[in-house]
Amino acid sequence: MKYSSYVRMTPSRVVLNEKMLTFEDSGKNLLLEIYRKAVGDWPKFFKMDPLSKVGFVSTELLLSTESPRVKDCEDRAVILFNRSGSLADDRIYEGTIRSREEFYPSPAVFVYTLPNILTGEIAIRNKYYGETSFSVLEKFDASVMLRTLEAAFVDPMTRSAVFGWVECGSEEEFDVCLFLVHREGEGMKELDEKEFERIWKI
Amino acid sequence: MKRAVKISDNVISPLGTSTVENLDAILRGESALRVHSGSEKDIPEDFCASLIDEESLSGEYLNAGIPLEEYTPFERRLILSISKALSGTGIDPSSRRVLFVISSTKANVELLHSENPSGKEYPGYSAVKVASFFGNGNAPLTVSNACISGLSAQITAVRELECGHFDTAIVAGADIQSRFIISGFQSFKALSPNPCRPFDSSRDGLNPGEAAATVIYTWKEPQEGEWYAERGAVRNDANHISGPSRTGEGSYRALKAVMDDPEELAMVNVHGTATVYNDEMESIALSRAGLSAVPVNGYKGYYGHTMGAAGIMETALSMASLDKGVIVGMKGYSECGVSCALNISNENRPASGKAFIKLLSGFGGCNAAMLFRKKGGAL
Repeated sequence: MKYSSYVRMTPSRVVLNEKMLTFEDSGKNLLLEIYRKAVGDWPKFFKMDPLSKVGFVSTELLLSTESPRVKDCEDRAVILFNRSGSLADDRIYEGTIRSREEFYPSPAVFVYTLPNILTGEIAIRNKYYGETSFSVLEKFDASVMLRTLEAAFVDPMTRSAVFGWVECGSEEEFDVCLFLVHREGEGMKELDEKEFERIWKI
Repeated sequence: MKRAVKISDNVISPLGTSTVENLDAILRGESALRVHSGSEKDIPEDFCASLIDEESLSGEYLNAGIPLEEYTPFERRLILSISKALSGTGIDPSSRRVLFVISSTKANVELLHSENPSGKEYPGYSAVKVASFFGNGNAPLTVSNACISGLSAQITAVRELECGHFDTAIVAGADIQSRFIISGFQSFKALSPNPCRPFDSSRDGLNPGEAAATVIYTWKEPQEGEWYAERGAVRNDANHISGPSRTGEGSYRALKAVMDDPEELAMVNVHGTATVYNDEMESIALSRAGLSAVPVNGYKGYYGHTMGAAGIMETALSMASLDKGVIVGMKGYSECGVSCALNISNENRPASGKAFIKLLSGFGGCNAAMLFRKKGGAL
């Protein structure tokens, strides 16, 4: 598998294609700062749950390197993994139904209690009509993710994918390692297990 | 030519603990849907659902050697369904050439209600426990794509076999209809207080349902009379995170991607949740794909929406019913309530054809379709 870009993001650090990006804030405020500086035109961001915010801004950074930015297509998939599923939002929703006395279930919170809502948010933003998929693993496992990615390319429609790990425990705790991968990419770097691990350790 | 051949399957629901028992029950027109008092789940509103009585499975758990205290109901039901599907197949589930793929939307989320879920709320933790019960050491995948999970999981499994990564894939799905899920769907105004009416003019929402289901695939040459997965596709509406597309975009594209010749299809087994928007969207997608004349059916009128189990149980029931040459009637349907007319009946009817398509759609704008064929022509 070839890749053209990667983004590595934690609450205190953002690396985009070997370049450390400088931001003033960290954690929740880092997400807001990235949105303001690198996106700015997608107010739905403010309605998103923690996982979607984290995945959305990191994907925006990843795709900002693409020129021209590909939109409105069926041949790009979104294939993501993590450990916590949507537990960050699940805990928020559970807080709204904790007792019979304080029972205020909110559809706006409930809808995000599925991790694949993030893949939908990315598809909507970019008009990607291709495959979207979210899988949960017990822990980060580059080999399993790459194997699943190879299997996803069995679909003859799929030519490229936003692929990788988007873990989110809350708006203050997240760990992202995303790639823009391609079925064929002349002159692009090979994404094998060693390269995935190398970038994960950055 | 080798294919992902279905070796075995199982369905556990309030109507039975095998695929055959379930098929016989729905062919008799039985439904598992009942009106329940909200107090059963400590929620203000009553609801209509198909719920498994956990007590009723205790004998089965004992027979399968599942220690109750070590597993949550979600995990037990998965293990029981897989055990029953494996029985008599001769497959060694502990082999390194066997992959476990779990399909669930909410796994053990109900544990969040307790003070200290101590890590058991993580879906990957449950998947490892289930695979470990069978002595399997490969990292299991937990596919979490909302309501299409059961097809997503099968598509993933079939591709892993096609790539030669494994020889056999065990795909199992389940969800528990907890207070969490029911209150959420109620807040969404998506639930019907009565048994649901898919595609009907008076439909007013879905019913939550509980089931566990398994399908096992092995990569081999299909023999006469065996079912195999021809191909599957997942496509996104790229439109809205909870509202289905008005043009049926993702479902239409998924159908186009898997379809060969509509003439060979015995039926399309739809999602048919009985929400106003889902069924309307499916009718548009099917019509755009040129499938208006093909018989359409669905099982939500018997079981409600069983979430992570749905795609797997509906696949297993479709194969078993077509083996009998029958298309199960769409319970709850009486008068067409969608804008594109389809070939639907609430009566069981004879099937002809050697293939069918299973269709699902879900939150996040995702849609999935799979084409299944039976080796040997006529049903």
